[in-house]
Amino acid sequence: MVPLSFFLISAAALFSVGAFGVIARRNGVAVLMSIELMLNAVNINLVAFWRYGNPATELGGFAFAAFVFVIAAAEVAVGLAIVITLYRLRQSVVPEDADVLRG
Amino acid sequence: MEFNAITIAFFVFTAITLLGAIGVVTTRNLFRGSVWLMVSLFGVAGYYVLLSAPFLAAVQVLVYIGAIAILFTFAVMLTRSLTRLQDRFNRVLPSVIAAVALFVLLVGAVIWPVWGGLSVLPEVDTVATTTDFGIALVAGDGFVLPFEVASLLLTAAMIGAIVIARDED
Repeated sequence: MVPLSFFLISAAALFSVGAFGVIARRNGVAVLMSIELMLNAVNINLVAFWRYGNPATELGGFAFAAFVFVIAAAEVAVGLAIVITLYRLRQSVVPEDADVLRG
Repeated sequence: MEFNAITIAFFVFTAITLLGAIGVVTTRNLFRGSVWLMVSLFGVAGYYVLLSAPFLAAVQVLVYIGAIAILFTFAVMLTRSLTRLQDRFNRVLPSVIAAVALFVLLVGAVIWPVWGGLSVLPEVDTVATTTDFGIALVAGDGFVLPFEVASLLLTAAMIGAIVIARDED
């Protein structure tokens, strides 16, 4: 097996790429895609710590990763519904254009 | 650490994951971006296989590549993002600096001092199976409460997505 730090560094790189996408992309769909990358990086960490810990009896990391799948599915469904509604109302998918709540 | 098949597979999956991720955040055409997302998610599924979690790898392919990436493709088509090719990025240079600083901070301040080196290897070869996980998911002392909360959350998200995206007329 490869050392634990390899998985952690790879997950950190994936998380950083996703964070760059969230900060830099202007398209709302691309921002949601980058959030998916960050969630996947977190999942790699959870499963890696589960495997390198006590994987025979402790199922916490495994179960946590499975629940992150559920959260990601729910988040994408609601997020894309919001993006589609924003496009219908404003003809735009740029998050900065959704500023009707700005005081 | 020796260079065996698992090590080579790890670096191959790392290349797939990171190249796919860079493709997602840099590509101009968002339809291609969703395909790059599938590539990256497939690399993560390979990680799960290496970490002896085949159930999560299968779920990754089914749920992420099969459902979520297709949902992204639908959203790209429905919002005609292909035609709005200008204004791809906000400010690139500060974002790159922030992302690189985040990576350096994570690796230099957390990962390397705590779990650094090449020494941390798994102690045991026996791993809980999918059957164990399924039993723990519904057992009273297991994860039955998060399981029920997750099902409730999925139902609420499904209804909420329908309500939000529904046409008013």
